[in-house]
Amino acid sequence: MEPNTIDPKIPDGDLHEKWDKHRFDLKLVSPANRPRYKIIVVGTGLAGASAAATLSELGYQVEIFCIQDSPRRAHSIAAQGGINAAKNYPNDGDTVWRLFYDTLKGGDFRAREANVYRLAQVANNIIDQCVAQGVPFAREYGGYLANRSFGGAQVSRTFYARGQTGQQLLLGAYSALMKEVNRGNVQIHTRSEMVDLVVEDGIAKGIIVRNLLSGEFTRHAAHCVILATGGYSNVFHLSTNAMVSNCSAIYRAYKKGAFFANPSFTQIHPTCVPRSGHYQSKLTLMSESLRNDGRVWVPTDSEDHRSAEDIPESDRDYFLERQYPSFGNLVPRDVASRAVKNICDAGRGVGPVGQSVYLDFGTAIENQGSQVIEEKYGNLFQMYEEITSDDPYRTPMRIYPASHYTMGGLWVDYNLMSNIAGLFVIGEANFSDHGANRLGASALMQGLADGYFIVPSTVADYLAVQPAIDLDPDRASFRADEHKARGCYADFVTGKGKIPVDDLHHELGAIMWDRVGMSRSAQGLEVAIKQIRQLRGKYRHSACVPGDANDLNEQLEKAGRIADFIDLGELMALDARSREESCGAHFREEHQSSQHEPIRDDTHFQHVALWEYRGENELPEKHLEELEFKWLKPETRSYR
Amino acid sequence: MRFTLRIWRQAQQETTGRFVDFAVEDIPAEMSLLELLDSINRGLILESADPVAFDHDCREGICGMCSLVINGRPHGPGAGTTTCQLYMRSFADGETIVVEPFRADAFPVVKDLIVDRSAFDRIIAAGGYVTVTTGQTPEANDILVAKENAEEAMDAAACIGCGACVAACKNASAMLFVAAKVSHLSLLPQGQPEKSRRVLTMVREMDQSGFGNCSNEAECEAVCPKEISIGHIARMNRQYLFAMLLSGERS
Repeated sequence: MEPNTIDPKIPDGDLHEKWDKHRFDLKLVSPANRPRYKIIVVGTGLAGASAAATLSELGYQVEIFCIQDSPRRAHSIAAQGGINAAKNYPNDGDTVWRLFYDTLKGGDFRAREANVYRLAQVANNIIDQCVAQGVPFAREYGGYLANRSFGGAQVSRTFYARGQTGQQLLLGAYSALMKEVNRGNVQIHTRSEMVDLVVEDGIAKGIIVRNLLSGEFTRHAAHCVILATGGYSNVFHLSTNAMVSNCSAIYRAYKKGAFFANPSFTQIHPTCVPRSGHYQSKLTLMSESLRNDGRVWVPTDSEDHRSAEDIPESDRDYFLERQYPSFGNLVPRDVASRAVKNICDAGRGVGPVGQSVYLDFGTAIENQGSQVIEEKYGNLFQMYEEITSDDPYRTPMRIYPASHYTMGGLWVDYNLMSNIAGLFVIGEANFSDHGANRLGASALMQGLADGYFIVPSTVADYLAVQPAIDLDPDRASFRADEHKARGCYADFVTGKGKIPVDDLHHELGAIMWDRVGMSRSAQGLEVAIKQIRQLRGKYRHSACVPGDANDLNEQLEKAGRIADFIDLGELMALDARSREESCGAHFREEHQSSQHEPIRDDTHFQHVALWEYRGENELPEKHLEELEFKWLKPETRSYR
Repeated sequence: MRFTLRIWRQAQQETTGRFVDFAVEDIPAEMSLLELLDSINRGLILESADPVAFDHDCREGICGMCSLVINGRPHGPGAGTTTCQLYMRSFADGETIVVEPFRADAFPVVKDLIVDRSAFDRIIAAGGYVTVTTGQTPEANDILVAKENAEEAMDAAACIGCGACVAACKNASAMLFVAAKVSHLSLLPQGQPEKSRRVLTMVREMDQSGFGNCSNEAECEAVCPKEISIGHIARMNRQYLFAMLLSGERS
């Protein structure tokens, strides 16, 4: 059966005029009417906080939910390196068009042209906005903003606040949000988890929420719902994501009919601190900005067991510089990760188990002095030393790839609305702008572009034709969904199993990392799908959740999230199996050149794969959004 | 390595808490303290007992979610680190490690080691921002900031809002937290127009939330995981005084 083709509703006109023209065409809600509409935002990261603050400033009533104890703790806070914009301050040839080109090429031509162009266009406004909020970006002596380079680009367009850019941007958005709370226009619910989306006749009507302190369930109705709940890298168990980052909000929306797009597109970040033991609870990222000055190498001879400092230049293989002379250590993440994996798989890795490579600052310290290096990366070096007790000023860092970001997510149209009317999805939770691979310093850009500048305009277009009726969370649909959620959580605690849910998460992670990670094959994916299905059975019969459903119960929270991760793991494997090409972070072993470079297949796979939920024991149905490239011709991505 | 963990257990805010000892063996030095708590909890889950509740999230020292007073010191023995960045190699083999929640009237215990720090959000809501709406902004490079000021503002802005400063202070004062925000914004041109108003409203909210006053012992600076200087408190005090004189308000 031929898959259906889904229309992303891209406006007509020249690429550079689309967004402006579209904004004129979008309907408005008059200032007097805005307070009559209520908007629910789930998640308080960059996307959620910026959207909620902006919508409240415009006059809508906003209710916002987060699972942390404060909106300031969302995982955007951990982003280190920076945020891109095409300001061209360094006068090195940057333009909106080049940022668009780099981002689309970086995503290996699997993103939507019009969306990526719009992202590049509004990026400059984000910098203006954040500076006005008082974000302390790095400055030159003259008082002007400083820039640095990042992977996948040959210009310096990344704005940064030491190694804490995500923190500073999030605190900017958080303070804008708290300003609106103070005005009494935003209602915040902390330690509150969305457990279901309420949909009536294909229209999003509200959400069901569980209070994580009391276990109480509540129903919340609104005129539209915005999900900004981040990515799902924790499907791999170990990742650079925070411990509570999860897929449940978007997965449960998927089960209510929202299409899940490109679930298998997940990014493995090349520079993370290698794992040290079975007990490990998470992995720590070392910012990509380090590759500006750090050089990646392994000993030329795999039998060379001298310590790094004792190995002379002549016996070192700077393999990224050797393989990719024009981009060197600054190749995009997918390329760097695969190169590191290949070196380690060939038995040339370093460290106790050979699962790492060196990231060396010797040359940079020699050329620039350790003070300059400390100014740029001081806190990252300190963090590395705390974890490993090695001093990177003296010994090179050891790094290995780890799951970091998910390009896949809920499908949205040009207006960032899913196929469920009134359900908008922004930030990492949607699939939109990064194609099959995201470039460094682009996640912060997308989260804030969606939240500050795009969704506030497109939400108005949707609301303008909705009646501002009184909201009633006591309707039958809300009651039914609440009843179901309540039952589901009660069942978790009455189970008689003996295996802690963390152990099952661990097992899922191993399957995903081995067979649905950096390198995938048809055969491996078959095995993975079978293993995940067995794991689901084991979960049902053997998961052990102690305690009470009407209390603070972290195990119970995890139980719900891990059940969703298991299901999503299978969906990722199905998607990876059906995409028989290599593109970006998705590497299929059957589709590589003799030099192990990925081979993309534009004839058959120049599309977004959309998955529709068909029920508990049914396979999901696949639909397609064909990608058209009118303005840039897809080329073979080369960083050599 | 071998340890005894003496952990505070308290079912809820209203109930009385007590210490419970957990003896652990064969602990690798590279394990983090939170991973050790994970493993103690795994043992409790297998016995169908209630695991120890504690706050944690990013586990890389930036989200500010983790807390804990370890051997009498917020965030434990290390300087400039959070609890989640504490590894067992920092302790002596055989040591008894005492683990308690942050203690302050303004941070009531929720359960075991978890406390309620929502007072910090209220303080920020009272004025910890520049009042600017989306879109209402000049070109970024139209606002020049001297590099030294940007750096000092960043030193203050690095605050992660964990509350260790409050837990370390004998007066349970939140002055370092409030001063970090006041100082960050007042060092930048963007923060000037509402400088006086900001310091007054934030300090008022701090007082109303039940935090104590500063008596210059500098314990807050000593435990701050981001090593924020009490010099920021001095700056805030000056601004507060000027703002009060200008507005005629009495504290």
